[in-house]
Amino acid sequence: MLGALSHIRICDLSGQLAGAGATRFLAAFGAQVIRVEDPVRKGAWDIVRGSGPYKGEPGLETSGGFNNHNVEKLGITINLREERGKELLRELVAVSDAVTENFASGVLARMGFPYDELARIKPDIVYVSNSGFGNDGPYSSFKTWGPIVQAVCGLTFESGLPDLPPAGWGYSYMDHMGAYSMAVALLAGLVHHSRTGEGQWIDMACVEAGTTFTGPDLLDYTVNDRPLRRPGMPDSNHSHSPLMAPHAIYAAAGDDNWIAIACRDDADWARLVDVIGERWAEERRGDSLARRVAAQADLDARIGAWTSGHDRFELAARLRAAGVPANAVQQPGERIEHDPATTDFGLWPVTTHQVIGEMPADGVPVHLSETDWEIRNGAPCLGQHTRQVLTEVLGKDDAEIDALYAEGVL
Amino acid sequence: MGTTGPLHGIKVIELASERAQFAGKQFADMGADVIVVEPPGGHHTRTYGPFADDVESPEHSLWWWLYNTSKRGVVLDLDTPEGVAAFAKLAAGADVVLEGEDPGRLDALGIDHTQLRADHPELIWVSVTPYGRTTSRANEPATDLTILAGGGPAWSCGYDDHALPPVRGGGNQAAHMAGMFAVMSILTAFLAKDVTGRGQHIDVNMTACANVSTEAGSYMWHTDKITVQRQTGRHATPVLTMPSQVRCKDGRYVNTGFPPRSVKEFEALIGWLDTLGLTDDCPDAPLLQLGVERGGVSMTELSTDELASAIFGAGREAMVFIAQHIDAMEYFETGQRAGIPCGIVASPEEAFEMPHFVARGFQVEVEHDVIGRSVRYPGAPAKMPASPWGISRRAPKIGEHDAEVLG
Repeated sequence: MLGALSHIRICDLSGQLAGAGATRFLAAFGAQVIRVEDPVRKGAWDIVRGSGPYKGEPGLETSGGFNNHNVEKLGITINLREERGKELLRELVAVSDAVTENFASGVLARMGFPYDELARIKPDIVYVSNSGFGNDGPYSSFKTWGPIVQAVCGLTFESGLPDLPPAGWGYSYMDHMGAYSMAVALLAGLVHHSRTGEGQWIDMACVEAGTTFTGPDLLDYTVNDRPLRRPGMPDSNHSHSPLMAPHAIYAAAGDDNWIAIACRDDADWARLVDVIGERWAEERRGDSLARRVAAQADLDARIGAWTSGHDRFELAARLRAAGVPANAVQQPGERIEHDPATTDFGLWPVTTHQVIGEMPADGVPVHLSETDWEIRNGAPCLGQHTRQVLTEVLGKDDAEIDALYAEGVL
Repeated sequence: MGTTGPLHGIKVIELASERAQFAGKQFADMGADVIVVEPPGGHHTRTYGPFADDVESPEHSLWWWLYNTSKRGVVLDLDTPEGVAAFAKLAAGADVVLEGEDPGRLDALGIDHTQLRADHPELIWVSVTPYGRTTSRANEPATDLTILAGGGPAWSCGYDDHALPPVRGGGNQAAHMAGMFAVMSILTAFLAKDVTGRGQHIDVNMTACANVSTEAGSYMWHTDKITVQRQTGRHATPVLTMPSQVRCKDGRYVNTGFPPRSVKEFEALIGWLDTLGLTDDCPDAPLLQLGVERGGVSMTELSTDELASAIFGAGREAMVFIAQHIDAMEYFETGQRAGIPCGIVASPEEAFEMPHFVARGFQVEVEHDVIGRSVRYPGAPAKMPASPWGISRRAPKIGEHDAEVLG
């Protein structure tokens, strides 16, 4: 099958999730993503390579996370400390459409590859750098991980229950969203290039991208001078914008089992009252949204008392059948193996990895009718495709490649 | 319509919807000509607050303002044959149609994407729905909360105390994730069109978007069927970890990042204590020095080497000690300058006002005649100097561009 992006080649120096998650999307659509890693430190700049959980024995090639973030990529090693290694990277840049990286700001330039040099090698190159705070400004030297990005940009603060510390995000949400922002920037840069022939350096600051995801709360401040840091906020299991009530996550039968229920309007509330079928609810059937919001704490307590006697899946199905938005808070195994919203969609492809063997991975949550994604190959082992890429892409012969290995360049 | 963005000249018809409007905004701010089609009286999201100057009118919804920058707006009544015909005509002249209707609704109205695409083979048609258009759950009701609960994020977010419920991450993230995947997919379809000459249909599944955006929540399961457990302000993990979100002297929180392991990191922490004049008061300072002398600590020796474990623990304690003595903003700035990756837990408005982002031009002024003043918006998610991002106009009023678009 001809992939949507089979005509695109990326020289990919990125890693972790914030970078690898961006080029992963393009690779799934057939772009030739050539991941360049350091043979001396065995790719250790990317802390996910070699980190648990492991599929099999702990090691550089058995990280489940690394496999997940790097499906369908080619992996090569080049020692960029060596002049001959730099020359090889120049050769690769010269035949690539884009260069991607998420080092700290300025690192690639110090390695000898500032944008001016990339553009000298390939005048129309699309270069995307993704750092925490971007290439200029007083914080440009500051370093980040996903949890720091989401803390500084406002997203951690927005997530929590009233009068408690921020709950934040229990994972690097901004590594995902930063990766998506990087992918949008890269793809938009490629579209601009295809229409004008022009390349450019796209400078992405992951914290800025994060602030664009904080939603209407920010305008409440810039327009109404109403900060989100105020008593009773954040309160993110309730819905202030749009205003809804009842709207929360309630305890269900069993240990640490929960169900989310949202009433979008008066009609949803009436449907919920029907399902609850208890006198206290019936008496409040006609309550307006304003009254339900005013009585929200009491409503939550009564609804929670009711839900705690029910199986979360059975109750959620009954509520949805009645027209009320509801879902069990699903654990990983439940949503991955038993939810038709993912399994019917073909969301979990099985990859084949040279060392790990077969292992499922995250798919892409969209389908394109003519040129859909395909994920079959797992992440590359360190240097797995070095010889192949040097032969097929850079036109080296076996003797040259053997010599480069012998000289410690690969 | 922008004149400089990377998507300048691309024509998008967006049927107003909560699910698709963020994707439309991104296209519009990147220069595409996006026309948002609303029903008579305005789209439902105009009733979403907060409202400018707290005036509850459809022209004051800050939700509408935020998600509809740079677009033009028209009103069509799709419950009439004239409205359907006008929509079909707009769609036929577009590069992209973007909609977030419940599956089946447009077919019932006689707006059939397969027919329009057959007549206009280059058209890209994007449908954003809670469960995807073809799954057995396609027609079930959903909101942001229920998608994040069923799709994985909520299970990983909350507090150490599991008597408290899991937490929905704030800020309308189900639509944001889907919006990102919609834009990535449309741009991919554009690049494919360079080769194939044909458009296509794109089916964006919001629940699936959440499912693949949970990091270790998913890949720990893929790897070894491991289930992560939520913790306060840090990663959900199979085995509970030490806190990394610490309260500072002013009551605000910081994320301390990871405690030092390498010599360089121990030296950075020692240097930071010195800069703050806190070395003599910090009971853990001598152990940090030992960390330097013994060449750092490795994670693998923590369970077997008591001294390594004590030194590693001292790093974390020293960070907590510093937090107790200074304010959160000072912690963030002085820690970073000492070489320690850390961050203040800022509210969105505090992030927005940081001089760093102001210096980078992240604050963008947009004139709003309805309230007679300009409003600051968050700016470009990425700087593209050859094809700059920009907000070309405020969100449209109801039917503001009927005459120029519909004639």
